[in-house]
Amino acid sequence: MKRDNEYAVVMENINKTFPGVKALDSVTFRLKKGEIHALLGENGAGKSTLIKILMGVYQKDRDSGKILLDGQEVHINSPIKAEQLGLSAVYQNIMLARHLSVAENIFLGQQPKKNGVIDWKKMYEDAEKVLEEVSLDVDPRALVKHLTPVQQEMVAIAKALARRAKVLILDEPTAQLSEEETVQLHKIMRGLKKSGISIIYISHRLDEIFEVCDVATILRDGQYIDTKPVSELTEAEIIRMMVGRSIDDLYYKEEVKIGKEILRVKNLNRYPVVKNASFSLREGEILGIFGLVGSGRTELVRCIFGADVPDSGEIEIEGRPVRVLSPNAAIEHGIGLIPEDRQQQGLALPLTLADNCNLISGRDTSKLGIRRVREEQEIARKNVNELRIRTPGISQRVKFLSGGNQQKVVISKWLNVDAKVLIFDEPTVGIDVGAKTEIYKIMAELLKQGKGIIFISSYLPELLGVCDRIMVVAEGKITGTLGREEATQEKLLALASNL
Amino acid sequence: MGVTQPRTKQSPWKKIREIQNRFPLSTLFLVIIALWVILAILSPYFFTYHNMFNLARQTAVTAILSVGMTFVIISGGIDLSVGSIVGVSSVLVSLLMVNGWPISLAILVTLLISCLLGLITGVAIYDAKVPPFIATLGMMSAARGVALMLSQGRTITNIPRPFTQFAQSTVLGVPSLFIVSVVVAIVGIFILNRTQFGRNVYAIGSSKEVARLSGINMRLNTYGIYVLSAALSSLAGILMTSRLASGIPTSGQGDEMDAIASVVIGGASLAGAEGSILGTMIGALIMATLRNGFNLLGIDPFWMRIAIGILIVLAVFVDQFRKND
Repeated sequence: MKRDNEYAVVMENINKTFPGVKALDSVTFRLKKGEIHALLGENGAGKSTLIKILMGVYQKDRDSGKILLDGQEVHINSPIKAEQLGLSAVYQNIMLARHLSVAENIFLGQQPKKNGVIDWKKMYEDAEKVLEEVSLDVDPRALVKHLTPVQQEMVAIAKALARRAKVLILDEPTAQLSEEETVQLHKIMRGLKKSGISIIYISHRLDEIFEVCDVATILRDGQYIDTKPVSELTEAEIIRMMVGRSIDDLYYKEEVKIGKEILRVKNLNRYPVVKNASFSLREGEILGIFGLVGSGRTELVRCIFGADVPDSGEIEIEGRPVRVLSPNAAIEHGIGLIPEDRQQQGLALPLTLADNCNLISGRDTSKLGIRRVREEQEIARKNVNELRIRTPGISQRVKFLSGGNQQKVVISKWLNVDAKVLIFDEPTVGIDVGAKTEIYKIMAELLKQGKGIIFISSYLPELLGVCDRIMVVAEGKITGTLGREEATQEKLLALASNL
Repeated sequence: MGVTQPRTKQSPWKKIREIQNRFPLSTLFLVIIALWVILAILSPYFFTYHNMFNLARQTAVTAILSVGMTFVIISGGIDLSVGSIVGVSSVLVSLLMVNGWPISLAILVTLLISCLLGLITGVAIYDAKVPPFIATLGMMSAARGVALMLSQGRTITNIPRPFTQFAQSTVLGVPSLFIVSVVVAIVGIFILNRTQFGRNVYAIGSSKEVARLSGINMRLNTYGIYVLSAALSSLAGILMTSRLASGIPTSGQGDEMDAIASVVIGGASLAGAEGSILGTMIGALIMATLRNGFNLLGIDPFWMRIAIGILIVLAVFVDQFRKND
């Protein structure tokens, strides 16, 4: 009993079977008090299932071992129970009531009351105290929808703290955050750790693991692989354990001949998010765009794609000036956009893979508005084979595919219309290492076909790994463009913070 | 690790689930067959030619409205104006014919004017960004006003015989009205499943942003959806006029609810991107069967309203149950 007490959470030999799948096979996980513990694994490795069992969303199988909190065996049969036991989770898509104030969110369901009505004064005071703990300087009366993503993240953490959480689970908290905001989050995590809170941290960005975590547990295919102090691990080792084989070339890049100019943007403006942007792109070239979230990088490419209409400026495709006032026009001119949010912007989730693949190209293959279903099916099958999309079939609804495979479907849409310029906006967010490498390989293949790629990312290592040039955007302006050889993390970060 | 028991046995429930998931309409088919069997047992009159003939005619008008409504609901919208457009069409086609216009021209003009009303709704929704519920609620009131104004609130009679005979006519013993509704449904199925427009409707229903970023012309497609719904409502109104042999300004009142109910019972989701015309047709048939059955059994018609209310909620409940598990 005593020995166990150094652990905040012990999950022993946990099994979980879903119909037809063994999601967890005798997985053991031990979290020490005041530790930041990374939980690593590819999509489908069992991370989420394990967390959901801890949080009472799922029940472990009967033949499983025990769950101990602070040495006491517990039965967590509902999320409410988990919360009462001092467990709190902040999920990837932050679940806050956007139209309520910060304080209301923090104390949702447990507002301080006086004579049966909410004691607003006390609630705001208490909120300020909790916000101080996460060093967030916002008015507790402010509406959550007006906060930046990182501020929302902090509010979600504050909400957990207000519930006296002893164990905090952060599931991909940085997926929507910029580099700078990530640093800020890490700082707060270290502060929480000092005050004795244990943190389980899930992230696909391995650099963060080394930055902020003490220990890492790796899962693969529902099995426990290993738990080791982060200081004894290297990135390559982690990947090998996660994937089960070594990926020697994580950032896949081939030498491709760079040809003639295919896109030129001149003095593009959209007040106040894009200011006087000018740049060009060549055949076979991959141009990175780096910038913090809110820097105007997404708005810039949305203007090029016609998703937003610029106030002024010119766009030339292969030397011809064109007017791109709608996505429709962009498609006619051979410009494609893989948008940053594949679920909300890229995919018709309830529709089938075949329908999604042909959503754009359907108008080319159809005659007088009547679809050629056979031809569409062939195209979809070709996409599945070429991009190695893992799916039971082309009539699978895309909402049931994993993140990496969904992203490949979004890319397929554009391969089928033979776009010349392809814009990838954060294509690797929230997908696992293996799938990331496959996306880079697809990009390399496209470059060989003479296409040009614009690649937006907040993650510097991947930009440095695959881009020929990297352009930095800050506060709506292009602050610099660096060639592959001269670009370094430091230089790019300096340009991004516009120093 | 302990013993792992072999997983060979499959519970019958799971099998039913699987069949339901593969053929989402199987439950509906079962419901309609069960209804018919029960009614056949309770009333010897149910399966007679005369009653089936009636049932087919009763289903036809709602079914035609519901086909248009299916497109609207799959696109994530709603159209409350269909009943009022039935009314306008009924008055308009009667007035034109009474004033000596040739039947075909009267029908054509009525259809065109209804399309124009649908276009106005489309403009309100796409260009003025008014939510479909509100835009069509406005059209519902305005179009009914037009119908009442044109007719000065009176029923229009003395409609040419050849026009009214259509609703009485049969082809090989099947009422022409029913044949028209079947043709409309078949054309609707073709448009929805085999044309670009049909897939665009599903794409728009799943996410407007995704549809727009995929180069779908939102303006044309939005107009198209509401014009189609108005055109079919107008067709339903014209057929109704033929059946009742008079132009009635209040005809079609409440039909929007029947149409929405048919679509929802047929498995469509008001959130969009889900639904089928075959499902809608069965939905319409179930409602008409209930009406017919209650009449035959001499049950108080007020009960029927209660039964239909329960049916709508029950249908959606069963559907949610299927999806969530």
